[in-house]
Amino acid sequence: MGMTMTQKILAAHAGLQSVRSGELIEAKLDLVLGNDVTTPPAIKVFEDMGADAVFDKDKVCLVPDHFTPNKDIKSAELTKCMRCFARQQEISHYYELGQKEMGIEHVILPDNGIVFPGDLIIGADSHTCTYGALGAFSTGVGSTDLACAMASGSTWFKVPEAIKVVLKGKPSEYVTGKDIILHLIGSIGVDGALYKSLEFTGDGVHHLSMDQRLTICNMAIECGGKNGIFPIDEVTLEYMEKTNKERFIEGRYTSFYPDEDAEYSETIEIDLAKVPLTVALPHLPSNTKPASEVDLPIDQVVIGSCTNGRYEDIKTAAEIFRGRHVKEGIRCIVIPGSQRVYRRALDEGLLAIFDDAGCVISTPTCGPCLGGHMGILAAGERCVSTTNRNFVGRMGHVESEVILAGVPVAAASAITGKVATPFDLK
Amino acid sequence: MKVKGNVFKYKDNVDTDVIIPARHLTSADPEQLKLHCMEDIDPSFVNKVQTGDIMVAGKNFGCGSSREHAPIAIKASGISLVIASDFARIFYRNAINVGLPIMECPEAAAAIKAGDEVEADFDTGIITDITSGETFTAKPFPEFIKKIIDCGGLVAYTKEKTGGK
Ligand code: SF4
Repeated sequence: MGMTMTQKILAAHAGLQSVRSGELIEAKLDLVLGNDVTTPPAIKVFEDMGADAVFDKDKVCLVPDHFTPNKDIKSAELTKCMRCFARQQEISHYYELGQKEMGIEHVILPDNGIVFPGDLIIGADSHTCTYGALGAFSTGVGSTDLACAMASGSTWFKVPEAIKVVLKGKPSEYVTGKDIILHLIGSIGVDGALYKSLEFTGDGVHHLSMDQRLTICNMAIECGGKNGIFPIDEVTLEYMEKTNKERFIEGRYTSFYPDEDAEYSETIEIDLAKVPLTVALPHLPSNTKPASEVDLPIDQVVIGSCTNGRYEDIKTAAEIFRGRHVKEGIRCIVIPGSQRVYRRALDEGLLAIFDDAGCVISTPTCGPCLGGHMGILAAGERCVSTTNRNFVGRMGHVESEVILAGVPVAAASAITGKVATPFDLK
Repeated sequence: MKVKGNVFKYKDNVDTDVIIPARHLTSADPEQLKLHCMEDIDPSFVNKVQTGDIMVAGKNFGCGSSREHAPIAIKASGISLVIASDFARIFYRNAINVGLPIMECPEAAAAIKAGDEVEADFDTGIITDITSGETFTAKPFPEFIKKIIDCGGLVAYTKEKTGGK
């Protein structure tokens, strides 16, 4: 029986000719990721286990992004614990605030060129599934898994079944990867892809930039998916060349393609031209509606996160804000996802556009996405956000509300003071 | 490796709140956790369970909160194996990581009755209901999973594999 793309990557890393869904395998890892929240408990397990060295200092990536710059003493202690460990273990991919490679983990790993097609990656963060955009297999695990993986360089998996998602045609104006994934989650539900891979294919893929694909894979977990994965095409090749020319030229990666007779539990077709500008209303990412059908006043807008804090997102937002102003009484917080995105936005004058428009620009951080800092909501407040979760209390008070949207809708909402689309702007 | 014991039978969707109620999560000590295992749906479980006994349940066993305390509590209570139609995904990973043997077998989960004496062989995947005489086949564990279980969980297994280094 044929294998899906995900199954092929897993088989190759397990040293097996083939694997089937449901099979338990032990596989070698190309990269292991942790952040300031999940790494400290993993370090404790690592030390309790008597481990004294990580399996490969170049294959562990530690990113203090959640509560940094440290919001309080507790988060400072967590970051310090991780920093000391990183120094002691001489971890190459440990990033400190202000370093040009620094930013939100799922923004910087691809942008720093350490994720390539065919790689097998785990991270102690549920949105580790982001890197499937490059044709890699990546998924989120717990802190114990992280500890063991840092020590041994391998972990175990139950081989997932896959859902084939066929993207057809071209998205209409202002429709982004965020609208596409929200639309999909809305149609299959928060557990529609439980434990499964979402394998994207179809002619529509070519209309999606790498930043759009990263956004789509980022939210695979929001419908329960173990991973999301895109085929490798000219967009992938170009991205690799840009982010890590050396590895690209040396050909140190493997492009896997699904077999013709690969088995899928289900096939879903999405006509991209019919995907509307979409929002997810409180309190589930699956609670979707076309943005044009929603008329709700808001208090705050957040543009950023590992879902939508990439260069293209920031640029799109700036284009909408150019010559316009945030509605009086509304707060709009723009958070470039990494130092590089920040710098490019600065060089290209985008930050000045935000400043002129009345937005506040934050240092790269997860910040309000997980209700950490830099924009927490009070009771009764409503925020349109480009982040990925709108659960009860996710961005602050349990009586606050988060509406998930793509960048164009978020920017238009900031300008009008209510949920809006760029078509509502004069 | 074989296990044998009497069956405690439960329905579909046994969630982790039932396996170990949140009010007892103040301790992570297996000896403490086992005193409250299953107490909200089967208060007599703790007193009746014998070392080696087997738990059999329906679909989606271990759904709900991702607490690792749930498989730890079951293992500490003396249960040698949980057979279910299927398991919630995080419970599945946690169970193996803490060294609690589990088997997915919808046929066995449906046919086996409470109180039956059951034997299961991890090497072959064969489950025998000694009381009724029926046998069922689950997928056997691959070698490394057997080792994880033998070692008592993923941490101990990793420690052994990396030589405690
Ligand atoms: S931006 Fe939000 S979702 Fe992404 S890693 Fe940070 S906290 Fe998690």
